[in-house]
Amino acid sequence: MSRKMFSLISLVTIVATVLTACGGGQTPVPPTQPPAQQPAATQPPAPAAAKGKIEMFSWWTAGGEADGLNAMYDLYKKAYPKVEIVNATVAGGAGTNAKAVLATRLTGGDPPDSFQLHAGLEVEKYEPAKYLQPLDSLYTSQGWDKVFPKDLISLLKYQDHFWGVPVNIHRANVLWYNKKVFDDNGLKPPTTWDEFFKVADALKAKGIVPLVIGTKEGWEAGHTFETILIATLGADGYKGLWTGKTQWTDPKVADALNTFKKVMTYANTDYSALTWDGAAQYLVDGKGAMHIMGDWTDGWFISKKYTGYGYVPVPGTAGVFDALSDSFAAAKGAKNQDNLMAWLSLAGSKAGQEAFNPKKGSICARTDCDPKLFDDYLQSAMKDWSSNAIVPSVVHGAAAVEKWATVYKDILNTFATKGDVAAAQKSLQQSCVDNGVCK
Amino acid sequence: MECNMRRITWDRVISILLITPSVIAIAVFVYGFIGFTGFSSFTKWDSLSPDFTLVGWRNYQKLFQIDRFLCDLRNTVTFTVLFLIGCVVIGFLLAVLLDQRIKGEGIFRGIFLFPMAISFIVTGVAWRWLLGPGTIQTGSSGVNLLFQKVGLGFLRWGWFTDPTIWHIKPESGLGMFLQQIGLGGLASPYVGISLAMISVVIAATWQMSGYTMAMYLAGLRGIPEELREAARVDGANEFQIYRHIILPLLQPITLSAVIVLGHISLKIFDLVVSMTGPGPAFATDVPAFYMWDTTFRGNNFAEGAAIATILLVMVAVLIVPYLIYTTRTEAEL
Repeated sequence: MSRKMFSLISLVTIVATVLTACGGGQTPVPPTQPPAQQPAATQPPAPAAAKGKIEMFSWWTAGGEADGLNAMYDLYKKAYPKVEIVNATVAGGAGTNAKAVLATRLTGGDPPDSFQLHAGLEVEKYEPAKYLQPLDSLYTSQGWDKVFPKDLISLLKYQDHFWGVPVNIHRANVLWYNKKVFDDNGLKPPTTWDEFFKVADALKAKGIVPLVIGTKEGWEAGHTFETILIATLGADGYKGLWTGKTQWTDPKVADALNTFKKVMTYANTDYSALTWDGAAQYLVDGKGAMHIMGDWTDGWFISKKYTGYGYVPVPGTAGVFDALSDSFAAAKGAKNQDNLMAWLSLAGSKAGQEAFNPKKGSICARTDCDPKLFDDYLQSAMKDWSSNAIVPSVVHGAAAVEKWATVYKDILNTFATKGDVAAAQKSLQQSCVDNGVCK
Repeated sequence: MECNMRRITWDRVISILLITPSVIAIAVFVYGFIGFTGFSSFTKWDSLSPDFTLVGWRNYQKLFQIDRFLCDLRNTVTFTVLFLIGCVVIGFLLAVLLDQRIKGEGIFRGIFLFPMAISFIVTGVAWRWLLGPGTIQTGSSGVNLLFQKVGLGFLRWGWFTDPTIWHIKPESGLGMFLQQIGLGGLASPYVGISLAMISVVIAATWQMSGYTMAMYLAGLRGIPEELREAARVDGANEFQIYRHIILPLLQPITLSAVIVLGHISLKIFDLVVSMTGPGPAFATDVPAFYMWDTTFRGNNFAEGAAIATILLVMVAVLIVPYLIYTTRTEAEL
């Protein structure tokens, strides 16, 4: 009898579990508003009328990025107090985890209204024609085509449409150096690679690591190399690599590989054990002298309360701004169209970008932000942003489609250790062919 | 009698009812998705939206030309072999020591078993700090620093940052010989031992040898004392007892341990990600890591599915003979 009872109870429990599990699988999103069919895109709705929700998807979960995002949310809440913001974030550096979740949601027909995207060719990954809304009318109505630099505008266009609103700009080609180490040894930050090697030899003789680098996450070698490519090929030559105008078989690519190979002989030997910030710690401790990394390093130095750092463009890249940018895209079939357009207008506005960027430690994509809000480094970056030639970063999703960028970073990760120039150049050429850009 | 019959039927119904949900769930969520992954690996699905055009074995052919994947296979084999040997040997020795009826056995058992309760992520981070080599200019760190302090400086090496691969050089005598008998493929860096992997093996062995110890300890306790006594009476010394009595009796335990550890090592991902990353020139990369990278960064879903299928086949090679073996043994009983 008791056994029968037990069996019955277990059965009930199991059935109940299965049922609840099924119920929990669906996200309960009661549509408070019928989704607007026609994009009322051109005009953000009047604040009073706006209610309901907006779901924002990003991988900004901690630190300055999360603070910046919240500052933008605050502005949004002030303007549209009745709209509930659903902050859907997935933690994980460079957004790889988030991208996996996002892919599932987009293909599964349950897209967030807006999501974070690296501006540039990374958009190809999301098949814009199928999953994204073109934002051309928003650009016109907000006058963004005038406040974003021309090079950025051409970078943002994919298949002749705008697919995202850039909120910030980071610079990838910065050489950070320890001022004290340079002063103590009577050295000046290098502006050409010849100078770099002279400086590096002097530092090496003193028992200081000339260049600190950490490649544990697999993309950092590719990051360093792209700045060397820019230095060797120039802005146009570098841009041409990703469009087929410059050949990967060009002897200058071999020159760049040889430079990188030589650079690695001045690097800390434990580079594969460190992440970029682990390597930068050597610089902070005065054990290393130089570091090639994007300008998120500035924010990291500040968070470490370290002030003795200097910055120059990577040797040979003065006058070129190797840029990457986070942008927000609008998903096709977004459930809250009006709120979404209001959000994107805010993200591209002066107020929105001035709220976000000082906290995130990046500069505005717009050229009219108030420099006083930013620290010294960022002010110098803003100056360069409005005057330099802008080239897209490949490792950070701007220059090439993601598939190609993935192969590129793998090739460089191998090359950083093996230093086989011919093999690397051949693989780079092959990856260009595989992606249909080269023949 | 009649009552008995009814009871059996009722029990049957209940048991079938109880088992059905899990059978359905497993059929769909395990075998269904395995089938789907296998199918995907033969398609052209390399963008966000699926493209189920069949392309035959192309994804597999491509994979075996990719440098990174070949490195991964080599690393997996290196890791699996060293990890299995390490765990089985250390686990067995620990079990034998604990089996000597020492005082405080429970405490030691707990200490050795405890690492297993930790996530591989934590193990990875801790061992990254321990084995992180430092550099000549910035000074040693971790274990290297320890070596230096106790005067064993010559033992310092790059640990998981050492890109060396031990393999037969094509230009060496043996390499030439292999080429002549048509096995030149064996003399390549893809068939070798990645030294950097040894660090990962150390971390994994640290974590899992306690578990192996527990298995062996259970096995040792299952061997009746009379058998040892009888052997002693026949004049066997302790070593001979282990060699001829204990080890053969522990064979099923060893088999189970090899199966459990083997499939852990083939699937290993989290430990590598948190401890070493892909390593210098992919010296510590593993197929699961590459699968994740190519699928979610590169959107190469078909290629990822192909890697998953290869991993499944590798695990199956290990598990299926075991399943056949156990079913047979059970049938005999």
